[in-house]
Order: sequence, then structure tokens, then C-alpha cells
Amino acid sequence: MIPAAFDYTVAENAEHAIQLLGEYGDEAKLLAGGHSLIPMMKFRLATPTQLIDVARISDLSYIRQENGLVAIGAMTKHAELETNDVIAAACPILGHVASLVGDPSVRHRGTLGGTMAHSDPASDLPAAVLALGGTIVARGPNGQREIAATDFFTGYFESVLAPDEMIVEVKVPANTGGWNYQKFNRRAQDWAIVGVAVADGGKGVALVNMGSTPLRATAVEAALAGGGSVADAAELAAEGAVPPVDNNADASYRTHLAQVLTRRALEAAS
Amino acid sequence: MIHPVETGIASAERCGRCIMTATIEPTKGGFGTRMLRKEDPKLLTGENKFIDDIKAPGQLWMGMVRSQFAHATINSIDTSGAESMPGVHSVLTGAQLAEMGLWQAPLPCAWPVTEDMVNPPHYPVAVSEAKHVGDIVAVVLCSDRYGVADAVEQVVVDYTPLPAVVNLQDAVDGKAMAHSDLETNKAFHWPLDPNPEGTAAAFANAAHVVKARFVQQRLIPMPMEPRGCLAVPSPAGGEIVFYSATQIPHILKIMIAATSGIPENKIRVIAPSVGGGFGGKLNVDADALLAVTLANHIGLPVRWTEQRSEGAGASHQGRGQIQHVEAAADENGKVTAIKVHLDADMGAYMMLITPGVPLLGSFLYTGVYDISNLSFSCDGHFTNLTPTDAYRGAGRPEASYAIERIMDMMAHKIGIAPEEIRSRNYINGGEHFENFNAASTLTFDSGHYKPAHDRALELADMAGLRSEQARRRDAGETKQLRIGMCTYVEICGLAPSRALGGLNYGAGGWEHATVRLLPTGKVEVVSGSTPHGQGHETAWSQIIAEKMGIDPNDVEVLHSDTALSPLGLDTYGSRSLAVGGVAIAMAADKVVDKAKLIAAHQFEASPEDIEFVNGSFSVAGTPTKSVHIQELGFAAFTAHDLPDGMEPNLQEQVNFDPPNFAFPFGTHVAVVEIDIETGGVELINYIGVDDCGIQVNPLIVEGQVHGGIVQGAAQALFEEAVYDENGNITNPSLMDYLVPSTMEMPNITLDSTVTPSTTNPLGVKGVGEAGTIGSAAAVINAVCDGLSPYGVTDIKMPATPQRIWNAINAGSTGGAA
Repeated sequence: MIPAAFDYTVAENAEHAIQLLGEYGDEAKLLAGGHSLIPMMKFRLATPTQLIDVARISDLSYIRQENGLVAIGAMTKHAELETNDVIAAACPILGHVASLVGDPSVRHRGTLGGTMAHSDPASDLPAAVLALGGTIVARGPNGQREIAATDFFTGYFESVLAPDEMIVEVKVPANTGGWNYQKFNRRAQDWAIVGVAVADGGKGVALVNMGSTPLRATAVEAALAGGGSVADAAELAAEGAVPPVDNNADASYRTHLAQVLTRRALEAAS
Repeated sequence: MIHPVETGIASAERCGRCIMTATIEPTKGGFGTRMLRKEDPKLLTGENKFIDDIKAPGQLWMGMVRSQFAHATINSIDTSGAESMPGVHSVLTGAQLAEMGLWQAPLPCAWPVTEDMVNPPHYPVAVSEAKHVGDIVAVVLCSDRYGVADAVEQVVVDYTPLPAVVNLQDAVDGKAMAHSDLETNKAFHWPLDPNPEGTAAAFANAAHVVKARFVQQRLIPMPMEPRGCLAVPSPAGGEIVFYSATQIPHILKIMIAATSGIPENKIRVIAPSVGGGFGGKLNVDADALLAVTLANHIGLPVRWTEQRSEGAGASHQGRGQIQHVEAAADENGKVTAIKVHLDADMGAYMMLITPGVPLLGSFLYTGVYDISNLSFSCDGHFTNLTPTDAYRGAGRPEASYAIERIMDMMAHKIGIAPEEIRSRNYINGGEHFENFNAASTLTFDSGHYKPAHDRALELADMAGLRSEQARRRDAGETKQLRIGMCTYVEICGLAPSRALGGLNYGAGGWEHATVRLLPTGKVEVVSGSTPHGQGHETAWSQIIAEKMGIDPNDVEVLHSDTALSPLGLDTYGSRSLAVGGVAIAMAADKVVDKAKLIAAHQFEASPEDIEFVNGSFSVAGTPTKSVHIQELGFAAFTAHDLPDGMEPNLQEQVNFDPPNFAFPFGTHVAVVEIDIETGGVELINYIGVDDCGIQVNPLIVEGQVHGGIVQGAAQALFEEAVYDENGNITNPSLMDYLVPSTMEMPNITLDSTVTPSTTNPLGVKGVGEAGTIGSAAAVINAVCDGLSPYGVTDIKMPATPQRIWNAINAGSTGGAA
């Protein structure tokens, strides 16, 4: 549990962070809360020699509603999502899902940008952003670009972010349509064995820990859009998914859980 | 300044009534007082020092290069890269260490359970063959804590993998040999079969026979504070001070002397504040012996702090058994015989009491029942896994689990309720008894099982639960209710030295206490019992309050340092109160007896005429003339005017060797909700009615029972050291090894009955392990309650959602049956 040696720099703002990323290249990692990165470093699964602390960039911590969208600064902590009035009024699913992440200390450190960039398929919030049809705003040396959440994740802990880019904002539609989040785990503090997020009355359905990335359950969405019943649509929850196998669950059990949880989430959201 | 405590005499005088009527208020802080723990302010404010808080000038950090193979030949070790790292003092391989002659004997196994037990020599560092993942193959010493971790990574070991035995059943089946130089994995066969003809006849005449195979999965002790140590040598004088996060400083001192050759009188072992143990710090580990011998050899302090994931595979684990159990019963469900064969996983080596742990349970396979015949045998097997050893309950939770599961199975077979089969089988019909001779040949001190049984069912509202269970079943609800119970008995107060001798254990089971009344009236208690979270300082102070009428806050307890407390046998086996506490009470009585002679001398009265009430001596019939015992400390110290021939000072010592074990018991009820669509399981209610005899501090009792219940429920539902096919532990961190939190536990409802022990003059039993011994069976009985519609009678621990779902959907037990 002792990490390899590393240097640590506090970034003053996004530009500073991007400049530092440019300087250090592959050797650097952004520290945006650290509740995933630091344990990986302690196990020496990650050995960055330079940590750039972006969690202290206060002007990346905000929640604003504008033009039918809710814009959330990348360094907004889960605990803020959990308790924020704008979130509660404009997209309550995000606050609810945030309240189920880890434990209170994780929620007071972890940031929305951090969890999106980490791209852990077992994380809760990426699935909620996916179900909502959110957008990730990334900034690099050549400026800013917007990436649809559906295009963002590419593999286990991998995304389309370039090495010299950082997430500065996450945008989700203001949407109070029927929503629900089903998180199945053995201990409250753990990652979901399987999770299902439903937004906008079933128009957005996303799965947690059912593959190498957070997934949209497109077959379910299509079946519902085509007038299928909730029960029939839920049977398609794991279509196309390649669920992981670990001490908690094998692939067939995860498939079953995805079906049951999708049905429950859809029923609760309708 | 001495403040005499308010006595019953004074209040009796005020109200003008005879002191012999019930006007005497109990001594403040005596038995039964829910006193807050005296040690907590220091613990909660961080004032106490744990091993990692202690530093020594010039200290070197020790790091271990550990085998990444379950079984492999060590061809060569290249230490050059590590040696050139900054701050590195030295890198030593097993071969080099063996040449240096740092140890005179292998690591000790104090419990060779049979004359012919196979016990391959186990030295701190492997020389030619690594026997499990985590086995130490080289050691790095470095001036920097972080540097040592970096240097360990630079040691290059060339291995040739050997066939490995990575689960117990494979060891039993002899699929490979855990030790290449042995032709068997079997270490010993130990029978306990007092009346084989009786068992055979009982089975021949049985109306009902139930058989089961239970797996006791490996568990990781996971104390909050990992292991750690600091050895500080005195190069000129030859002494060595060894600080260790240990449960057993006294045993460690003897074992360090025996293995290292350092003279015992040059060794001082200090256990600072210790953050839990659960048996995990009840050992003489390779790491400890390395630190002490290297420090002694180099002449510099050497320290080590275990990393959490390192400890998961390197400190010993608990359980690791396959239990084959058979029960015979007559047509009325009266159980007539129990037959048990255990296959016990020793792991790669015999540690301090590895082979004895499963045998500690052997005497409990008839549980709280009047079962005339017990046939038990245990085979110990080597595997290429982390060694097993003591873990909370050590052998008794396994036994309790087996008998309580088989009783439920028998009830199910006969078609009666779990509470009914228990009622039909209790010793003495559930009524009070003393000195019951069990089929195992042990004598149970005392028991009274029915009141605890009745109270638990009443608190649980069993009738209401059954009706709610039926309602949900009939309504086809997704969340079904399941109810389980367990009526346990355990053996604690380890132990009568003669009984241990009979079991071939390498030490006695007495405990030492010294009680001294200081000149100014304060009290020092010296105890050989070594706390690591139990609240000894509070409980021992309350014993002084009870026995001497002295405010518990006037008592200081000295412990855990072999220089302050040279005699002791430490803390395990729920022995602290039932052995160590009794020793304190007896020593306190001796101090009172001597003080009484001084009081009589001062009063110019005969000692026979002196009464001692709530700390004050007075002459019978003249209660106005009294002296408090605390006021006599100075007279004993100055010795100006003591009775003729009396030695100065009020200090007495006792080494108490209990004549028997103590046998606490209780009834637990667990209620779980099972989501039949997902297999999700939630423990929603838990009731425990325990009887640990006389209680010194009910608050501490409840704390012990709470923690114990959670630890047993954790085995039932959450915890397991999971190894892959190569012998790697797959869940070494607290992210993956599922220690439950308060979020997973219901509020626990507790009550108690009080049946005094006949084993000791205080009537106390022990409670440190009781909760753990009762709860795993109660929870699994609940999970299995109602699995029968799915054709399933058993489920493997931990009963994970996937296993429960498999049981519901495919009739699978998860491999248990």
C-alpha cells in the first residue's frame, strides 16, 4: 500500500493544468478527488510520476441551469450534486445517483469530472449521465470540444480524452421525466455488481458494470420506443453486453440481474 | 489526598437503621455497573501510542520479498538492483540468513497434537522452496519506509513453479504434494471417540439419520490495525526491547528466546496500544522473529509495519475446514449420536497453534444437547496456502455451526420446528444443571438453556414472524422472510493447565495478577492478561471496586509489558475475565485479608471481630469506629506499627489455574429478507440472549456480543479469502474482502440470563467469542429456512446473492452438499 515516488503540483486553473499535462505527457495524471487513482497507486497498478491536482480549481466547481441544460463544473463533488437545489429540481436522478456513490468521505472528495474521466464501467454517475444523454466538455491546448456521453467511453478505464485534455464541464438536459436508479451490491459502500439508470420515462436506459464501459441499453430503449411492454423490453437489457466475471457474480447472473433491475427501474420510472 | 468513599455504614447511620438490613448501597463501580470505559478518552483523542507511533533513532525499515508462486523452487535471487537503491542497508536471502545462524530453532508450533504429527521445519525465510504465495524469500533493510517498498520491487527471484495444492479438497485427494519432500499432505489424524460401540449402536437403532458436508471457508482476521513491530537492541548490554502489536507479549518473549537463542532474561516485550487482533496477532510470526534477530545481529533498531494487502496473505487465516457430520435420532427427534470427521486446512506450515484449532471444537459437536455418543476425528492437511491458526472462536464457531445446522436439518426431516427439536434435546430438559458430563468427556460447569431460549423467541416475536412469513409467501411477495435460530454453548476460560497438558499443548493456562495498595491509598493492578480493545482496564478496576470497595478511578492497571508484568499467558480464548480477572479478585481478597489484620491491630480487636463492608473495616457491634482500606496503605508502607511478624506493604499476587473451563451459552435468532428475484439477502433483525455468568460490566459484555455477532454474520454472508487456481488471493484489500459495516447490519436486540459458573469463585464465564460462535449458524439457518421448496437444504458460506439465486433457480447449494 505504498505508492511509487511521484511529484505533486497544484494546478491553479484549467489552462495551468493543460499546460502541465503538455509538459509531463504520459508521466502525468490529473488528481480530481483521488478515491480511485490513489488506491491504484498504492497497489502500484498506476505509477504516474507527476500528479496534477485539479480538484482545487474552484472555478470548475459550479452547477448552473441554462437553456434547458444543467451545466456542472468538472470539479463539482458528488456531495454537492447530492444536496444541490438546481439538481434536485432540474435533473433529480443525478443527485440521487450521487448519493449512492461509495460512502460520505468518497462523496466529499470525488468529482463528476474525475469519475467520468476515470471511465470505470462499475461507477454509478457515468451511467446516469449516459441515460440522460449528457455531453462532456473537454479542453486541450487547442481549445474546447464537446463529446456526447455515448461517444465518450471506449474501454476499461479508457475514453476518447487525449492525454493533454481535461474535462472541464458535464452538461445534461434538464429532465424530470420518470427516472430511477437500481443499484445492486452486497455492501452499501461498494461498486454496483450491476446498476441500471433510467431517465426520461425510459427514453434513456444505461447499465453499470455490464461490460468494459458504461453502456446504453439500446435494445431496451428501442423496444420501448417501438411500443413494447416493460417486461418484454427488460428481457433485452443485456443484449450485446459482455458482462465481467468476479467474486461477486458470473456473467449469467449479471445478465439476470440486469434484466430484473431494468424491469424494476422502468416500472418505478413510469 | 484520600477521599474515603461513601459507605453503607454512613448512610445507615443517617437513616438510623440497622446496617444489616438492605440499606447498604453497592460499591460505586462494582459488578453490574455499566461504567464507560476508562481507556476510551485516550484512545479517542489519539493520545495512546500504537506500534506505528513509536520511533527509535537509527531505525531501519524491513521489507519482505514474498513469493508470487504457491509452490516453487527458488533457483536464484539477484539482490544487486535493490542493494544499489538509496538508503538500502542490506538485502538478505534465505540462504544468506541461514548461514548467518540467526536462529537456533524453526518457528514454533506449540501444539503438536499427536506424537507423529508431521511438522516440516519452518524458518522465517524460505531457502530453496517457497510454499505459498506470500512466503518470505528475501528481506530488505532500508533507512526509509518508502525506499524499502521500492527496493523490494527490485529484487529479482528466479523460480521454477512446482505443482501446487490450492484447495483443501485437492489436498485431501492428494492431487499434488504441498511439500515436495513429503509423500502425503496429511499432517496428523486425531480421534476423540470415547465410546465407538455406543455411536455404532445409536446409528444402527436410529429412526432418523441426517448427513451433511459443511465448508468453513478461510477468513482473514483483518484487525483495524495491521501487524507491526519494532526491535530495539542494546549492543553493549545485550538486551533487546521488542515492541509488537501482539496479543501475546509473554508467550512471544519465551518463543523469541527459544528460537533466536537470545537469553530470555535479556528480552523485554512490550505490546503498546493494540488495535484489535481476533486471533490474528496470536502468533510467533516470521516477520517478528526476523526483526528481532536482525536488530540483535546488526545492532540497529529494525521495524516493520504490515501493509493491508500484504497481511491478507501473509498473516495467518482462520477456519479452513470441511466438516462431515452425521446425526442419529430416535422417532421423537431425540438425538442419540453425532459422528464427525473434519478435514482441516493447515496451510503451508504449522504456526503456533495451527493443528490445535480444529480440535478446540471437537468437544462441542454435541452442543447444548444431551447426546450420549460422540465420535470425532480430524485429519490435518497441508496446502500451498497461507497457514491457518486462531481466529475469533477458533474451532468452536465451526463446531457450533455444524451441530446447529444439523439440528435444523433433522427438524426439517422429522417435520418439527427448529425450536421444538432443541427443546426435546436440551441437557437436563433445559432446566438448570451443574457439572454435566458430556459425551466428549468434558464436564460442563453450569447451564440453564430454556430461559435464554424462551426469552429469545419472545423478543423475536417468533409467532408474529412466522405469520408475517406466511403472509408474504401466500401473497407471492418478492421479498420473503426467513427465520433462523441457534442455541450455542462454547468452551472458554482457556484453560486448566492439566487439560492443556492432556491435549499436548506446550504451555499452561493459568493467569497471574498482583494487586498492590499504594501508600496513598491508590491501587495498582498488574495483570498478565493483555488487552487489545477489550476494556480490561475498566473491568479490572471494577473487580477492585467490587472486592475492595475502592472507586474504580483510583485503580491503575499495568499490563502488556513483560518488565512491568513479568508473568502472564495473555489474551485469547475468552480467558481474560474467567482466568485473569479471577486472579485479580483472589489477589484483592488476599490484600483485604492482610489489611484486616492491620485494622484489627489498630482497633486492638481480634481479627475475627472485624467486618469489612464497602471498603471499610469496623469492629462488629461498634460501627462508628471504622477505617477505610485505602487509609491503611500508608501504615503498611511505613511499617511503624504492624502486627508482630507482618511484612511491610499491601501487595499480594495470585497465579490462578482454573479447575475447569467455563461454558457460556445462549440463544440467537436471525431474521433475513431474501429477494427471490435477485438472490439479494439482507439481515433485517437479530436477537441474542446470552449467558456469560456473572457480568462485571454489562456495557462491555454488550459490545463484545455486538462485535461477535457481526463477525459471525460476516462469515455467513460476506467474508471469504478467495484463492484462484494458482493460489493467489484474489481479494486481499478491504475493497474486495467484504467486512460488513453498520449499513449491512440491523439493530441488534440483546438480553441476558445469568447462570453463575462453578469453575471460579466469581461465577464468571467469558464473552469475547460468544457472539461469533452463535451467529453464523443462526444466519445460515435463516437463509436455509424456506429453501426447501427449491429442493435445497444447505448453502455454502458466504451465502452470496449469486449462491442464493443459484439455489432458488437451479437447486444448487453452491458446492456445500
